[in-house]
Amino acid sequence: MPDSSFEIVVDGDPVTCVAGQSLAAAMIAAGRPSWRTTRKAHAERGLFCGIGVCFDCLVTVNGVRSVRACLSAAQPGDVVVSGSGSDVVDAG
Amino acid sequence: MSTPAEKPDRFDLAIVGAGPAGLVAAITAADAGIRVALIDAAEQAGGQYYRHGRADEQPGAEVRLHHDWERFVQLRAQLEAHRRRGAVDYLPEHAVFAVDPVDGGFHVHALAGERARSGRTVSAASLLLATGAADRQLPFPGWTMPGVVTAGGAQALLKGSRVAAGQRVVVAGAGPFLLAVADGLLTSGVEVVAVVEAGDPRRYLRDPAGLLAAGMKTSEAAMYAARLARRRVPYLTRRAVVAAHGEHRVDAVTVARIDDQWRVRPSTERRLECDLLAVGYGFAARAELAVELGCDVDLTSDGALAVRVDDDQRTSIPTVFAVGELTGIGGVDLALVEGEIAGAAVAAALGHRVQVAPRRLAQLRRRRNRLRRFAATLASVHQVRDGWIDWIADDTLVCRCEEVAYSRICEAADQLGAADARAVKLFARPGMGWCQGQICGQATAAITAKLQDRDVTRSDLLGMARRPLAQPVPLEVLASFAPDHADGG
Repeated sequence: MPDSSFEIVVDGDPVTCVAGQSLAAAMIAAGRPSWRTTRKAHAERGLFCGIGVCFDCLVTVNGVRSVRACLSAAQPGDVVVSGSGSDVVDAG
Repeated sequence: MSTPAEKPDRFDLAIVGAGPAGLVAAITAADAGIRVALIDAAEQAGGQYYRHGRADEQPGAEVRLHHDWERFVQLRAQLEAHRRRGAVDYLPEHAVFAVDPVDGGFHVHALAGERARSGRTVSAASLLLATGAADRQLPFPGWTMPGVVTAGGAQALLKGSRVAAGQRVVVAGAGPFLLAVADGLLTSGVEVVAVVEAGDPRRYLRDPAGLLAAGMKTSEAAMYAARLARRRVPYLTRRAVVAAHGEHRVDAVTVARIDDQWRVRPSTERRLECDLLAVGYGFAARAELAVELGCDVDLTSDGALAVRVDDDQRTSIPTVFAVGELTGIGGVDLALVEGEIAGAAVAAALGHRVQVAPRRLAQLRRRRNRLRRFAATLASVHQVRDGWIDWIADDTLVCRCEEVAYSRICEAADQLGAADARAVKLFARPGMGWCQGQICGQATAAITAKLQDRDVTRSDLLGMARRPLAQPVPLEVLASFAPDHADGG
């Protein structure tokens, strides 16, 4: 593993990241195209606009809810929890 | 770093957005001795056009993925020099959610950091908006499933994180940007199944002389087109992706021939397999701050809002300037020109000695006119036609955030008597979710207008674009801001 890579945890599973990657990028690179479901139809959503305007890509990171995964750079040891964008999620 | 409760920092000029236009404006204003706050939501400067990852990653790749990277390197160095000598306060990762006009200027309120739950207020005498644009989207069956991303999103992921969002991509929509996206993905090892363009741009791609006449040194689009052709990537024009298919992720799309009003030609549907669809139909300015401040906006020929500016890039509010895509989609060259003109104009307005020679200013103005004309020509070739509304089914979602289907919008427009797009928004809720209509606003306006057998009006778009808060703000952050009127200002 190159020096600049590290691990985060997504829904309990380790995911390898390269420094500077967004959370969305790390999850997509790890084979996860979606990490959230919608309120009404429980439809799967992941990255859509990639620049922070659509709010499809929301995740909970280290207990902070509604973080745009496409705008948030992954940090070593981040704990990411997927879910519904407007749920109250236990980040335990 | 001041908190909102303390007295805010005071500047001559606050610039919102550190893309090409905002960067040049900051540098030009600082050159003249103006005290500038440059506020940008992203971690790195450069906006979308010069979006890149961290400096220590794979040097050299930046040049490969970017057109004219050297120009950005120079801008970044100039910004850093101004920052170091205290002429520019550069605030990255600060997303502006509101601007309050106060006595003597503006209070610019921003969220500090995507994960942070704190705010920051910057006070300035003048304001320059350089908030750029986002991809324009048209709804179609399957567009909400994972693996369908915007053209800009695929590009951002690649440039910012060096991640390709799939292995076999169809790039679709309208506009020369599709070629840049396809080229970037191809360069990164992704199989580009096809580029699907709704317009018919081969006329100007075959006429490099025409492009040269517009004053452009290189034809970026023609370069990408040539590279794609060399790699035998099909460039399908007068066609559109009218549906995406798949279960947990897209696995195929339907491509069809369309007529000049963008209606599907019967029996021309073809299926293309892919695991990624990157789609975009041009761009729409992110005008919410300008709209909220009350700047005059125009309905452009490509059915979007643009902030109206005078020869100095000044809006209808004398202390507010606007540059770049915000004043009309025109690309990076136009953004750089407008940024420099505005930076000089702000300096002059504040009585400072402008470092840009009058001759250069005159040149810049001429170049601006040329580039605007070129942008208008380009826009007409790729103009969205409302036949796309025929592609969608009753259950196709128009508003992704609130999951509002086309049938619900029809109900609001037809049966509930909604007079315009704003009323449709109130009845059926498109545009009331997280994104506040940035994604679905134009489409909702177009659908409403078509159902009512009329053209889209500026009022329709304003109804979808009005946003007292430009970003969602946590209540705890709002609560921490002292009301401006309590200061007596």
